[in-house]
Amino acid sequence: MKQFLRSVSLVLTCLLVVLSTGSALAQSQAVPPAVEEVLQKLPEASLRETGELVQQLEQVGGAEMRPLFETMLAGDLYFHKTSGELMAVQKNIAGELIGRDVFTGAELGVQGRRDIKKIRVNNRLRGQLRDAIGRIDLLHGSEAEKRTAVLAILDDLSANNLSLLQSAADVGVSKSVGDLIELANAMVRLRDGSTTDDRLAAIALMDDRLEAPVRNQLRRLVDDENEQDAAVKAAAQEALENITERIEFYGQMEQLFFGLSLGSVLLLAAIGLAITFGVMGVINMAHGEMIMLGAYTTYVIQQLMPASIEYSLLVAVPAAFLVSGSVGVLIERGVIRHLQGRPLETLLATFGISLILQQAVRSIFSPLNMQVVTPEWMSGSLAINPVFSVTYNRLYILLFALAVFVTLLTILKKSSLGLNVRAVSQNRDMAKAMGVRTEMVDAMTFGLGSGIAGVAGVALSQLTNVGPNLGQSYIIDSFMVVVFGGVGNLLGTLVGGFSLGVANKFLEPATGAVLANIIVLVCLILFIQKRPKGLFPQRGRAAE
Amino acid sequence: MQLKKFVAGLAFAAGTSVISTVALAAETIKVGVLHSLSGTMAISETTLKDTVLMMVDEQNRKGGLLGKKLEAVVVDPASDWPLFAEKARELLTKEKVDVIFGCWTSVSRKSVLPVVEELNGLMFYPVQYEGEESSKNVFYTGASPNQQAIPAVDYLMSDLEVDRWVLAGTDYVYPRTTNKILEAYLESKGVAKEDIMINYTPFGHSDWQSIVSDIKKFGSAGKKTAVVSTINGDANVPFYKELANQGVSSEDIPVVAFSVGEEELSGIDTGPLVGHLAAWNYFQGIDSESNDYFVQQWKKFIGDEKRVTNDPMEATYIGFNMWAKAVEKAGTTDVDAVEQAMIGIEFPNLTGGTAKMNKNHHLSKPVFIGEIQDDGQFEVVWATDDVVAGDAWSDFLPGSKDLIADWTAPIKCGNYNTKSKACSGQAE
Repeated sequence: MKQFLRSVSLVLTCLLVVLSTGSALAQSQAVPPAVEEVLQKLPEASLRETGELVQQLEQVGGAEMRPLFETMLAGDLYFHKTSGELMAVQKNIAGELIGRDVFTGAELGVQGRRDIKKIRVNNRLRGQLRDAIGRIDLLHGSEAEKRTAVLAILDDLSANNLSLLQSAADVGVSKSVGDLIELANAMVRLRDGSTTDDRLAAIALMDDRLEAPVRNQLRRLVDDENEQDAAVKAAAQEALENITERIEFYGQMEQLFFGLSLGSVLLLAAIGLAITFGVMGVINMAHGEMIMLGAYTTYVIQQLMPASIEYSLLVAVPAAFLVSGSVGVLIERGVIRHLQGRPLETLLATFGISLILQQAVRSIFSPLNMQVVTPEWMSGSLAINPVFSVTYNRLYILLFALAVFVTLLTILKKSSLGLNVRAVSQNRDMAKAMGVRTEMVDAMTFGLGSGIAGVAGVALSQLTNVGPNLGQSYIIDSFMVVVFGGVGNLLGTLVGGFSLGVANKFLEPATGAVLANIIVLVCLILFIQKRPKGLFPQRGRAAE
Repeated sequence: MQLKKFVAGLAFAAGTSVISTVALAAETIKVGVLHSLSGTMAISETTLKDTVLMMVDEQNRKGGLLGKKLEAVVVDPASDWPLFAEKARELLTKEKVDVIFGCWTSVSRKSVLPVVEELNGLMFYPVQYEGEESSKNVFYTGASPNQQAIPAVDYLMSDLEVDRWVLAGTDYVYPRTTNKILEAYLESKGVAKEDIMINYTPFGHSDWQSIVSDIKKFGSAGKKTAVVSTINGDANVPFYKELANQGVSSEDIPVVAFSVGEEELSGIDTGPLVGHLAAWNYFQGIDSESNDYFVQQWKKFIGDEKRVTNDPMEATYIGFNMWAKAVEKAGTTDVDAVEQAMIGIEFPNLTGGTAKMNKNHHLSKPVFIGEIQDDGQFEVVWATDDVVAGDAWSDFLPGSKDLIADWTAPIKCGNYNTKSKACSGQAE
C-alpha cells in the first residue's frame, strides 16, 4: 500500500514537472501581455526603477523570466534604439554583435554597435537578480542550482523564503539539498522556538555545520545579553567551539595548500635554473627573461587561435619550450661559450642579455601588460566544504610543476643526453676524452634549462601579469630556491621550493606578506651560513 | 698634427652645438617631461608622457604660447626614485625647462620636491595621492584623499550599507597615509576597530591566496563587507583573479579601488571584475562632447583604436591647459609670475563642469564612482552633485587637522596653522 502511494506520488510529480515545462514552452513563444507591458518600460528605466520592474516581472512572469534574468545578470541584455525591442546580445568570434531573442534564443541577426543600447545593471540589481533566479531555481532548477539557492536563503530566513523552502521540499529534493533545508528549519527553530528541548534539538542539528550563517547565528546567540535560557546558551557555546575547531583545522589545510601552491610556482621558476646554474654552473641572469618569453609565447598562441582558447595552453607548452629553448641555445652559442670559466663576466653578460630581451619585448609588444585569457577549465574552485576550497588554476599548476619535475628527472637520469650532461658537468675533460661532444652538450643543456623556463612561463601567465618585468620578479626567488636546495641537485630544488613556499604561507597570516618575505630571507641567510652547500649538497669528487 | 686637427674639430663641433641649443632655447618654451619610460612604472607613466607630447603638439598647432613654439624635453627616470631627483635637476639646470610635467608614485614626487624647491622650478603632478603636502613649486592636479577616498567610503556606507571594511594596500606612502585617514574617518563614523582589517603587500605582489582567503573569512561574519583597495599597479590583476577564483563576487564583497582605471583594465580579462568599483574624477565612458573629442584625439595621436584614456591623463590635460592659460595671463614663463597667475585659473573638465585651481595648489573637481563593465570601461553609478575642492591637509588626521595651505598673500604658506596663526614650516 505504502509503495503504491509512493509510486502514485512519483507519477504525480513527474506529471507536474512535465506540465510546468510544457506550459513554459508554450508561453515562451508568446510573452504574456502583463509581462510585455513591464518589459516595455525597461529601456527607459533608471537603475532604481529597473529594480522595481524586475520585482514585478518575477511576480507576473514567474519561472519563465529566468532566461531574461540570466541575460541581465550577465550584462548581455540590450534594446534596439529605434524599435525598442529587447534582445540578448553577444559577440561572436569575428567580433560582430549577434542579437538573440531573450526567451526563445532565436537569432535576430547582426546588430550595429550604435543601434543598440545596454540595459544597465549595478551591484544591487545583480544581487536582486541572483536572488530572483535562486527563488526560481529552488523549484525548477538542477541539483546544484537548488543547493546554491538554499545556501543563499540561509542568510535571509524570512517567512517568505521559508515558505519557498517548504514548497521546494514538497516537490521533492535530493538528500543533500534536503539536509540543507532541514538545517534552515533548525536555524528557524533555534531563533523562534519556544521550548528549551526544541531549541537544543535544533542546536544538535547545527552542531557540525560549517556554513557561515550557522556560525554567525550561534555567535549572535552566545553574545546575546537578553538570552535567558542558560542551557541553550551553553549548548550553543559548545557547538560554536566545535565548529571553530573544525574551521581551524581546515584553515591549516588551506594554509598548507597555499604553501604547496606557492612552492610549485617557486619550483617551476627555479627548475630551469637548477639545470643552467645547478648542473652547468652558469650564473644566468637572463633566466627570468626565458620565463617571460614563455609567457609571451602563450599570449601569441592565444592571439593565433582565438577560437579555441580552451586548448591554447596545451599548444603553448611545447611552443614556449621551443621558443625559450632556441633563444637559450643562441645565447649559449653566441655569448656564454666564449666566457667559460669566467663567472663574473658571464653574470654581467647574461644580465645585459636580460635587459636587451626586456627592451626588445617592450618595443615589439609595448610596455603594457598583455592579456592572457584563462581557459574555462582553469577558473573557479573546487569546494570541498563551505570553508575549504581549492582553486583550479593553483591545483593544475601544482600538478603541472610536479609533472615537469618528473619529466626532467627522467630525461637527466634515463636519456643519453642526460648521461652526457652529467658526465660533462662532473668532469669536462674526461668526458671530452671519452668522445662526448662537450660543446654540443653544453648548448643542449642550456637549451633544455631555458626551454623548461619557458614552460614555467606558460604556467605563470595564468597567475600573474604578462609584461616585460615578469622575469625580474622571479629571478631572485629562483636563485634562492636553487641555492637553498643545493646547487646541482634537482631533488634539492623540489624540496627547497616547497619548503620555502610552505614556510612563507604559514608565516603570512601572523606577520603579513611583507614581513613574511623578510623573515624567510633572513632565515635563509642564516641557513646558508651554517650549510653553505644547501639542503642536499653534492658529494664526492664532482663537488670539488 | 692629425690628432691636433681632430681635437680642434671636436672642440668646434661642441662649441656650435652649445650655441645652437642656446639659440633654440631663446625661440622655444621648453616643457620637461619627467615620466618613467622603463621599469615597473613604465606601464602607467608612458601614457602620461604621450599625453604631454600630444598636448604640446596641439598647442603648437594653435600657434604655441606667447608667439613661441613649445618644445618637449623627455627624460627617463626609469622608475628609480633617486634618479627622479637627478633627472629633475638635469631638466632645470641643463635643459632650463620652464615647466615640468611628471612623477607618478608619491615617493618619486618626494624625491623631486627638494630639487624643484631649491632651483625654483615649476612642476605639475597629475596623479591621485595621499595629500599632506603643498609646495609653492608644485601644482597637484590629481585627487587628494577627500576627492577620491572619502567620497568612495561615503558611497559604500550610504548606498551599499557596508559595515565591515578591509583596507588593502601596497606597502608604501600613499596607501599607508590614505588608510590612516580612512581609518580615522571610519572611526569617526562609529565603525568599531574590529570591523576594520588593514593589510599591506609588497609591490607587484602576485600570490594573493591567503589574503583573499582572509578577506573571505572576514566577510563571512554576517555583516556587509567591502574592500577599499589602494593596491597599486599590476598587482591588481592577480588580486582580482584570485577573488574571482575563490568565488568572491562583487555582490558579496565589492572592491572599490583608487588605482584601477581604464588603462590598468586594458591588459586583462575583465570578466571576473565586473561589478567591482573604482573612484575617480574622470572616466572615459562619461558622455560629453569635449571628452569624445579628447578620446578621438588620443586614439589618433597614438595610432591605436584600442587605447583608452584615464584619470591621470585628464589631470595632465587640465594641468597643461591651465599652465598655458596662466602663461598667457602672466605674459611670461617666469615661475613666480606663472605660479601667482595659476591660482584661480579655471578650465573645463572633460566630464563637464569646470575645474578651478585653488589657493592650496589643488583642484576643485567632481568625483565619480564607476562599476567595472565587461568591456573594461566604467559605468558611473554615483557622482557628487558639485565639484569638491582638494584638501592639501586632511581634516581627519590629528597632525594636520589645523593646517591649511594658502599660496596667496598675505599667508603664502604650504602648511599654515589656523590655530597658532603661524606658518609651521614643517613641510615634508
